[in-house]
Amino acid sequence: MSETTLPDTGTDFYQRSVAGTDEGEQQLRPRSELSAKELMREVGSVLRMSEADAAKLGDLPDDPDEDQTMIINMGPQHPSTHGVLRLMLELQGETVLRCKPIIGYLHTGMEKTGEQLTYAQGGTNVTRMDYLSPIANELAFAMATEKLLGIDGDIPERAVWIRMLMAEMSRMASHLLFMATNGMDLGAVSMMIYGWREREEVLRFFQEVTGLRMNHNYIRPGGVAADLPAGWRDGVLEILDMLPDRLDEYDTLMTGQPIWRERLQGVGVITPQEAVALGATGPILRSTGVEWDLRRDQPYMHYDEMEFDVIVGSYGDAFDRYAIRLAEIRESMRIVRQILDRMPAGDYRIQDKKVTPPPRARIDESMEALIHHFKIFTEGFKVPEGEAYVGIEGPRGEIGCYIVSDGSATPYRMHMREPSFVNIQCLPHMMRGGLVADAVAVISSVDPVLGGVDR
Amino acid sequence: MSDAAALRSDHPQEVRHVARDEYLATVKTLADEGYAMCIDLTAVDYLELPGRQLPDGAEPAQRFEVVVNLLDLGNRRRLRLRVQVPDDDATLPTLFDVHPGTEAMEREVFDMFGIEFSDHPDLTRILMPEDWVGHPLRKDYEIGRIPVQFKGANA
Repeated sequence: MSETTLPDTGTDFYQRSVAGTDEGEQQLRPRSELSAKELMREVGSVLRMSEADAAKLGDLPDDPDEDQTMIINMGPQHPSTHGVLRLMLELQGETVLRCKPIIGYLHTGMEKTGEQLTYAQGGTNVTRMDYLSPIANELAFAMATEKLLGIDGDIPERAVWIRMLMAEMSRMASHLLFMATNGMDLGAVSMMIYGWREREEVLRFFQEVTGLRMNHNYIRPGGVAADLPAGWRDGVLEILDMLPDRLDEYDTLMTGQPIWRERLQGVGVITPQEAVALGATGPILRSTGVEWDLRRDQPYMHYDEMEFDVIVGSYGDAFDRYAIRLAEIRESMRIVRQILDRMPAGDYRIQDKKVTPPPRARIDESMEALIHHFKIFTEGFKVPEGEAYVGIEGPRGEIGCYIVSDGSATPYRMHMREPSFVNIQCLPHMMRGGLVADAVAVISSVDPVLGGVDR
Repeated sequence: MSDAAALRSDHPQEVRHVARDEYLATVKTLADEGYAMCIDLTAVDYLELPGRQLPDGAEPAQRFEVVVNLLDLGNRRRLRLRVQVPDDDATLPTLFDVHPGTEAMEREVFDMFGIEFSDHPDLTRILMPEDWVGHPLRKDYEIGRIPVQFKGANA
């Protein structure tokens, strides 16, 4: 730092910050002057080595005199890697030095597939990406399509509220599953069963509403696929009545328990600067104390009318991320209760003949309706030229959908910004200097879904 | 293009076209202005839409376009940068030093589109196998098909 001279040109921000301090060489430098080396505590925590190079290392003769490190593979078939994540770990004894997440085992080219499917079919594709938050994926896709169609302000009220209800229920389901897998990874096996059990209750509700437990294709451009079935309110209330006691049980079982805290507190720490620099969103960003939740900070639908808290942590460790998710289930329940009070009557999809097929009953009596229905489901509907990006708060962070339209019925380019894909870059920085055993806790606390990572 | 029609409502679309040689400098300036987070970096192959219209003042349209989504946490704003990248010299400077989180995204764009990011610390394939040939999301890359016994068969 001693050699650093001030640059001649500075932005206003820089001039002001210099004027406001008089700390010589220690004064604040503008963000653009910082390099990755300064933003991150350890740029060196990422292992950058190709597989061919790694394979060659195996042929080297042993040299007992040198302080040896060892490169081992964890995954892709390891139960704690949540699917098929593979980590190349450089170890010294039991300490993790560097790490490289290797992904792509689930890559099926879904973005390419998205270019072949019409906007009406696209929902079936995106819902399978991050398979633990299918509703959020569909929502981002539908909202981006609506933005291009220019109908994003015309979606019927009931449809918007149904979307919010489903999105929050989906967040609960996803976080409940996190509770299960996090427990399983750390040896709290009963927790695994409890988490799956509660999630299943939510999925049962989804099945009543959408017909499927997962991969619903329920939220579609223009609204939702079907109205809520009779008795949906009881279904929701049953879950809302059941969950608080169960969540208290989780608290008893884990939150205050010394072993649990020992395993999580201070493990996988990440700083707010690092989280922002790495583009991490969702519970990871919030665990560092950065208050950022798109539902509150860039509100969409009716989230600005909802009363809920954005939960933040203070240490950025695995325990904070666990506690945040547990608290977010409670916040989602609060939102769902408010939605129940305000659910309006009305249409569940937009009455725009361009994007909405005629009701099933009309098809039997009208030839035109039959043709219309057939056209929408075979050719799809045309979307005006343009490009749009829509980002929403998914359970794991910002789920964004970027669509480029060339004016035809299929997207010219469809890109999903998957939070897991970006968040997974935090792993090397969180693991640096920790034990191998903690690596499992760290992966678990990031909660990556490999379907979303690889797409 | 809907650039002008920055639509009302929930998700404002603010777009800025940036020349390739000003790209890195622009991102740095924006970082000082508060856009401290790079949310997304992706690309589009406009092979099938040559001569598409870009707003006045933008660089002439090229085959590739790199799209960068920046986020300003303090002021709660979003900005999308669009950079034209020609086919015969598909390179861009990396954003790694400003936004280390672009490492994986740039690798993905390299993998899928073959756009190279100079000074990237580890520009290797990320989703496809290391020895894969071709860049799948390019428009001249054939989509795979599984032969089906009867579909399109000569009766």
